[in-house]
Amino acid sequence: MTLEQAVEQARRYVGMVGPAVSMTVERTMIRRFAESIGDGNPLYWDEEYAKATRWGGIIAPPTFLCLLLPPLPVPDIDFGTIKLNGGSVFESFRPVRPGDVIIGQAEYADVQAKEGKGGGMLIFQGRTRYTDGEGHLVGIGIGTGIQK
Amino acid sequence: MTAVTDEGVGPRPDAIVPPRTLDPATIAVGDRLPTLVKNPTTRQLVMFAGASGDFYEIHYDNAVAVESGLPGVIVHGYLKMAWLGELVSAWAGPDAFVQRVDVSYRGIDVPGDEYRVEGQVTAISLGDSVTTIELEIWGQSPTGTKTTLGTAAVQLPSASGW
Repeated sequence: MTLEQAVEQARRYVGMVGPAVSMTVERTMIRRFAESIGDGNPLYWDEEYAKATRWGGIIAPPTFLCLLLPPLPVPDIDFGTIKLNGGSVFESFRPVRPGDVIIGQAEYADVQAKEGKGGGMLIFQGRTRYTDGEGHLVGIGIGTGIQK
Repeated sequence: MTAVTDEGVGPRPDAIVPPRTLDPATIAVGDRLPTLVKNPTTRQLVMFAGASGDFYEIHYDNAVAVESGLPGVIVHGYLKMAWLGELVSAWAGPDAFVQRVDVSYRGIDVPGDEYRVEGQVTAISLGDSVTTIELEIWGQSPTGTKTTLGTAAVQLPSASGW
């Protein structure tokens, strides 16, 4: 399949959204996440220390919401042989705290064709919106996938 | 009295001395952030797989990784992103708010290889209650290759407070 055909086929999926999934954030999840990074900041596990900060309690590390990856039906485009993780963005509107109910929903946001050194590339973008129980936006995650 | 946490008594073995929140008046464009050095192990990748729910085998099963054309298991992109986030939050201090972390993956990193996380201040915008610092951030393999490149934005309380 040529790059032109591939991008045309992939474009049909742009705008598709996957099912919403939710989780309740627990202190242990935050602590485990911080431990797995090797981040010993007490803000993520020591309630007493965290109380004295601006936040008044434990918060999660900046990119914590990457653990909630809502499913997104990915189109199977017969192009190239390699799939790569191109990058990720996390934008936060407020810190995530224990007890938060977070609802994530992913959208197949964009696809672009690009001519690279080693030939053509398909560049996909998935965007996940994270809202809380009241419907307020907590964060946005964007993932870029490359097929070449 | 020893603090009781949800998983036992006392501080974690890797507990750090809590940093102070940065005073925006002491920062200038071009300032380098203190380097954060990580020494990933396969054990850590397994911990991150469990904590993040990313069980793609190339991050802990050597046979699958090699079969996929990789030299062996590789570090998760999201783990490298989290380290770049740690660089910023550890530097800015507990009252800072990391607004954005944006990274692109330019190369693989493997357990056993040191991963150095670095950053530099690129812009400062002073507000009445909040100062926003823009940063260039990157992660580097032992050969000096920047395998992760990105930017971040962090908010600090201005002198007048929040």
